[in-house]
Amino acid sequence: MDAATQSRSRLAARRFMRRRLAVLGLFMVLLFFVFAYLGPSFYKWKFEDQNYTSSLQGPSVEHWFGTTQNGGDMYALTMRGLQKSLIIGLIGALISTAIAAVAGAAAGYFSGWTDRAIIALIDLLLVLPGFLIIAILSPVFEGHTWHIFVLLLAAFQWMITARVIRSMTLSMKEREFVHAARFMGVSDWKIILRHILPNMSSFLIIDATINVSSLILAEVGLSFFGFGVQPPDISLGTLINDHWQSAGTENGYQFYFPAVLLVLLVLSVNLVGDGLRDALDPNAKVGEQR
Amino acid sequence: MSREPLLEVRDLSVTFPSEAGPVAAVRGLSYHVMPGEVLGIVGESGSGKSVSSLAVMGLLPSRARITGSVRFRGSELLGRSDKDLSAIRGRGISMIFQDPLSALTPVFTVGDQIAEAVRIHQKVSQQAALRRAVELLDLVGIPNPAQRAGAFPHEFSGGMRQRAMIAMAIANNPDLIIADEPTTALDVTIQAQILETLRKAQETTGAAIIMITHDLGVIAGAAHRVTVMYAGKPVETGEVDDVFYRPRMPYTLGLLGSIPRLDSAEHLPLTPIEGTPPSLIHLPRGCPFTPRCPMRIDKCEQIEPELLSMQTSGTGHLAACHRSIEIEEQNLQSTDIFPAPVIGPPAAAGIPRDQRPVVLELQDLVKHFPLVKGAILRRQVGNVYAVDGISLDIREGETLGLVGESGCGKTTTIMEILNLKRPASGSIIVLGRKTAQMSDRERFAIRRELSVVFQDPMASLDPRMPISDILDEPMRTHGIPDAERSSRIEELLQIVGLSPEHASRYPQEFSGGQRQRIGIARALALQPKLLVLDEPVSALDVSIRAGVINLLEKLRTDLGLSYLFVAHDLSVVRHIADRVAVMYLGKIVEIGNVDAVYRLPAHPYTQALLSAIPLPDPRKERARRRIILQGDLPSPANPPSGCRFRTRCQKFAGELDDRQRQRCIDEQPLLRSPDNSAEDHLAACHYAEGYAVLEDVAEMTS
Repeated sequence: MDAATQSRSRLAARRFMRRRLAVLGLFMVLLFFVFAYLGPSFYKWKFEDQNYTSSLQGPSVEHWFGTTQNGGDMYALTMRGLQKSLIIGLIGALISTAIAAVAGAAAGYFSGWTDRAIIALIDLLLVLPGFLIIAILSPVFEGHTWHIFVLLLAAFQWMITARVIRSMTLSMKEREFVHAARFMGVSDWKIILRHILPNMSSFLIIDATINVSSLILAEVGLSFFGFGVQPPDISLGTLINDHWQSAGTENGYQFYFPAVLLVLLVLSVNLVGDGLRDALDPNAKVGEQR
Repeated sequence: MSREPLLEVRDLSVTFPSEAGPVAAVRGLSYHVMPGEVLGIVGESGSGKSVSSLAVMGLLPSRARITGSVRFRGSELLGRSDKDLSAIRGRGISMIFQDPLSALTPVFTVGDQIAEAVRIHQKVSQQAALRRAVELLDLVGIPNPAQRAGAFPHEFSGGMRQRAMIAMAIANNPDLIIADEPTTALDVTIQAQILETLRKAQETTGAAIIMITHDLGVIAGAAHRVTVMYAGKPVETGEVDDVFYRPRMPYTLGLLGSIPRLDSAEHLPLTPIEGTPPSLIHLPRGCPFTPRCPMRIDKCEQIEPELLSMQTSGTGHLAACHRSIEIEEQNLQSTDIFPAPVIGPPAAAGIPRDQRPVVLELQDLVKHFPLVKGAILRRQVGNVYAVDGISLDIREGETLGLVGESGCGKTTTIMEILNLKRPASGSIIVLGRKTAQMSDRERFAIRRELSVVFQDPMASLDPRMPISDILDEPMRTHGIPDAERSSRIEELLQIVGLSPEHASRYPQEFSGGQRQRIGIARALALQPKLLVLDEPVSALDVSIRAGVINLLEKLRTDLGLSYLFVAHDLSVVRHIADRVAVMYLGKIVEIGNVDAVYRLPAHPYTQALLSAIPLPDPRKERARRRIILQGDLPSPANPPSGCRFRTRCQKFAGELDDRQRQRCIDEQPLLRSPDNSAEDHLAACHYAEGYAVLEDVAEMTS
């Protein structure tokens, strides 16, 4: 770590800390992670346990979130679902931002045919109904793994970001330090990876964060209709799907726990995203307050 | 001095709060302006010259803390409400800003905007105000004012917008005009037009002017009195002749000594001021110039000197230096105080020019940009003739200055050279190899021999990389072994006058001058033979500039480099270049040995260009006859037939008869040696004739 990076990240951290809501969001996200991954190991029940003697019990000291019809423990199930939703959101966001960065930067930097081809692809993907296509393709990955599902989610997520990155690249490739690298003979891809993308890192970080929450929502939406995460895997979406009918009944807790957790998770990630934007984007006005 | 001063500023201080601490932008500035007088305020960026004028106008944001007193016609302005001040702004005091594009609203016509300025302060009808707007546009020299009043700001060129701003500023016959860097964003020939317009506007309205600028030449010609500012404080003030001929503060001396002179044929060394202006956040006790001052004594670090009256000069000549009495008694010059490096001529200079190898050659280089219309069906509707057949050559150890105003094609020319691609027409020959016939491998290899230094030191270094990585990049790209690279980085930093400890820092920790040195170090990393310098000093402050120019001169001698030096500043080119090529609208109009071209410029454009540049010498400035060009650069998409310069040519407009003019319209002039000139001097004019623009001045003053 050098002095400037240090001072820059320290300044960003200071600006981030000034946003109480963003700090709260970050705290919540960390809490979700801790509970989702460490929580189950300190808990009596496992998510695959089925205790037929105690089905449909309300929340208690024994079963924190109550139990399901089959006597599964709702807390263990929810944490398991949270794990999947978090990991899908995170990996999907990273993949989608990476695709966007590479495609957008290539389109902007090379222009000409590369640009036209990538723009055409973006336009095509934007008019295709992603939800429907993933739904139709869902039998293909049914019973295999959720990894293909993540890739598909990311494949329909990157286009808008790529367009923004393309236009940022268009202006950045005219900057003198990029010219300088070109005139000393550095290859095009090295210029993109060494000079262009690092100078957009704050945008990329913000974008990836915001993508996390939209990917979680997309996953939940698809899983709810049975097209996303497939059993035996569990996600917040499948949980909500399994139990939505209980909403409003005396067993409503089966629906409310995963649903409220989902809302809180997306809200916290969005708060972190907003806070990061204010902290990293020099044009944001918040940094000047106080 | 019996009259009352029009504006009197006493002990003005402005402080801005910031995260790092309070920024003392102005610290105790006092000056006065008499009616009809022109006061020049000179200083580098960050010296507080603009902030102080904004404080006078009451235009600073409310978080600024302003103390002191600003009295206009005897009444205090500070502390008045914005509404009260609005009655004075525009009517009593008006302002001309640096950037005329952002000073005009893009959605209203220029005429409406001037009419609005009239109607704010005068009860007249819309019709009468518009008529007045047309009158004003005519006064500031806009052709077809009635028609142009209906145009929008984007339809005006930069120079015309600045004229419109002047028209707006004088719309209500103000008593005082504050001009904040009014010509900094403009080309020299346009600058000459604008200064002339300001002078005319002042004559018509009798207004006093506060002229804020960093350009000592502009001040020398225009101002009666000068105040030099440094780190928020005035350090020297007095009649313009006193300050320019008898400067008594080391900073002023250094500033004057650091400007290359257009009018001196002998090669005088420049005296750079070492170091950089201090940060205004934690100013140390004592004189803020101390760390850069070669005359500092212990007292300087303890006590900040007050402005003291100088004995041998005219009244009102004050200087803030503990040793100014000494300077006055011994009449010290800048070369006495500041160490000027002695730089010998390059080794190659001993060999006659035509026996030295050619490093770069352009033959009839052409670059046209197609103008296309339509989003889907793209059709070409014309060409921008950016570079239209230029030929030049640079020999080993030689510096060619390529000069011209913005839009003349000089940037396109160097981009064509640096791209090393096959040109649309003509050829580029680098170190004896035609770019059109190079393979990719050869092209890559030749990049070692050819490197570039850019204009903007802020933009030319990747902000995300430490200096060591920046210097390492060219060597890594060209496969220099690791062991050599790290020692080479240290060596490079030393060559350009930085210390090896700087290697781990990031670009934003350096000042503009230091960054430009880093840019030069990067260009030298692969030991090239030819350096393309794209306006390498024009973005730097005056006091920093001399250091970079000296460095470039030293490197040329020590390393045997050749330079292609692109600039719009003809004084810098005269100082550093051996030969000069003047470009106008994609063509070279005059080329030759620097001394020959500057002594007896033969092309009317070169003459006008040289005549337009203000000299930092008040007497010469006052005595000069200026050639003021008419109008703006024509569009390179639609250049005039025949001679491209004829639409603005003073010779075409004045001296020639109709038959001679017809030749200018029909026939493109070729480069040829003008009759009364020495060898190595070519001009592209049918009626080329040497005219000693600069010496003419000297005769008139002597």
